[in-house]
Amino acid sequence: MIILRNISKAYHAQAKSIEALRDINLHVAPGEIFGIIGKSGAGKSTLIRCVNLLEKPTQGQVIVHGEELTALPLADLRKARRKIGMIFQYFNLLSTRTVYDNIAFPLELAGLKKSARAAIIDPLLELTGLSDKKNAFPAQLSGGQKQRVAIARALAPQPHVLLCDEATSALDPETTHSILQLLKNIRDRMNVTILLITHEMSVIKACCDRVGILEQGHLIEDNEVGEFFAYPKTEIAKNFIFSSLPQTLPPAISQYLLPTATSDTHPVLRLRFLPDTATQPIISQLINQFGLGINILQGNVEYVKKHAMGVMLVAVSGEKNALHSGMQHLKNIGVDAEVIGHVPNDIIPFT
Amino acid sequence: MSQTILSLLLEATLETIYMVVMASVIAAALGLPLGVLLYVTRKGNILEKNWLHRSLGSLVNMTRSIPFIILMVAIIPFTRLIVGTSIGTNAAIVPLALAAIPFIARIVDSALIEIHKGLIESALAMGATPWQIILKVLLPEAFPSIINGLTLTVVTLVGYSAMAGAVGGGGLGDMAIRYGYERFNLSVMIITIVIMLLLVQGIQFIGDALVKKFSLFRK
Repeated sequence: MIILRNISKAYHAQAKSIEALRDINLHVAPGEIFGIIGKSGAGKSTLIRCVNLLEKPTQGQVIVHGEELTALPLADLRKARRKIGMIFQYFNLLSTRTVYDNIAFPLELAGLKKSARAAIIDPLLELTGLSDKKNAFPAQLSGGQKQRVAIARALAPQPHVLLCDEATSALDPETTHSILQLLKNIRDRMNVTILLITHEMSVIKACCDRVGILEQGHLIEDNEVGEFFAYPKTEIAKNFIFSSLPQTLPPAISQYLLPTATSDTHPVLRLRFLPDTATQPIISQLINQFGLGINILQGNVEYVKKHAMGVMLVAVSGEKNALHSGMQHLKNIGVDAEVIGHVPNDIIPFT
Repeated sequence: MSQTILSLLLEATLETIYMVVMASVIAAALGLPLGVLLYVTRKGNILEKNWLHRSLGSLVNMTRSIPFIILMVAIIPFTRLIVGTSIGTNAAIVPLALAAIPFIARIVDSALIEIHKGLIESALAMGATPWQIILKVLLPEAFPSIINGLTLTVVTLVGYSAMAGAVGGGGLGDMAIRYGYERFNLSVMIITIVIMLLLVQGIQFIGDALVKKFSLFRK
């Protein structure tokens, strides 16, 4: 497990001091997969590097598996780091070593005898599906395979904790999915605690138990994933949640979109529903209660754990007043509704 | 061409090879650690020591900026101290090695700079000591570029060794000046040049073959 207490980190560049992390408190329970999401420059990389002290926090305590790393002398810190696996965006494999020898690397560093290594490495090759690539060099592997090697290497010293630094950001969606499945699998089978950082909501959705948002060095949200999607506390959280869903119109329609209304246009609404509203029959409410015409231009509903959430783009026809009260109604029941433009009648006809 | 000239040519060739090999080995033995030291003491690196990096850097640059022929003469007292004489093949090895050390150090340093920083970071994350990082990450990863640089150095030393010959160091340069130039023996001149050319070709060939052998995994 990982505990960060009042972690701050400031960089001094010339006369300026940049605060990368401000008073971060974080608790990752044993066997949990904790995801931290944030935009680039939010401090994610610094934060994850503070856990194994690749970056020394200016202030605060780091406790991993009951041991306060911030209090350890360097030699003991090195020993503690062996039990903290880490994987990276660009894999960081040694190009001169085969897959097998790459996985053996941390064991070699720890002074484990050559004859004792195979018993550890072979099951890891099996687990990561690399048994047939044992003697290949990294240059002969695909991105996903390289990350699997990196994962096997990180697991070789049987760590308590695995840190994932944008581990899937250089991979395509399909490979990302399989790597995230592998991480889940590892947690389930080996009970490894996982802390990952990412800028993609889909990663959080796919494998995390808890999620935190890092924004300008502050941890502004820290919640169980289902709760987070159902009740995001901040606007930034909401934006992240919807960022994984398509919410722009296809060019065929968007090219005709006007910023202001004229006599022969219809407003286009973007409706964003969070889990507790996604299951309400809002379209029929708009039609039946407010007499509005609805033309769905694009829609997306996704499920996170048992919660549904979605984004919908609709063109609306009807009385100005009816539209107004319709939008008020949506707001009241917790649906985010926003007019994003106006579409001419002849592009989206209602009759 | 007389039998004497031929045996002199053979002897001169062996002397050149001897000088170049000895100077290369000594220079590599000292230049390699120096290059690694230059690299690891740089700001932000595993054994950051700014003052050490800067003093080593200036020392290397200083030695590299002295023309070889001047260096050779300037360090005569030092050469005498080490080999007991300032003339002959053994005496020539001292300035040759000395000139090549900073050259190799820079080559090693720049080969190491090419290594992706993430490799060092991941080794640190695995609890590697600086020594382990140097031996198990830096040197193996930079090996092909280092071999490339060493080849370059050895080729340069062949040229330098001819200069050393001109001031009594023996070898092919000596032969070319004394027989080819001063006694107007054109064929000796041409033969020495051809031998040197073959030497350089041979060295480059071996260097390239080694680089190729150790770069296979990079594709």
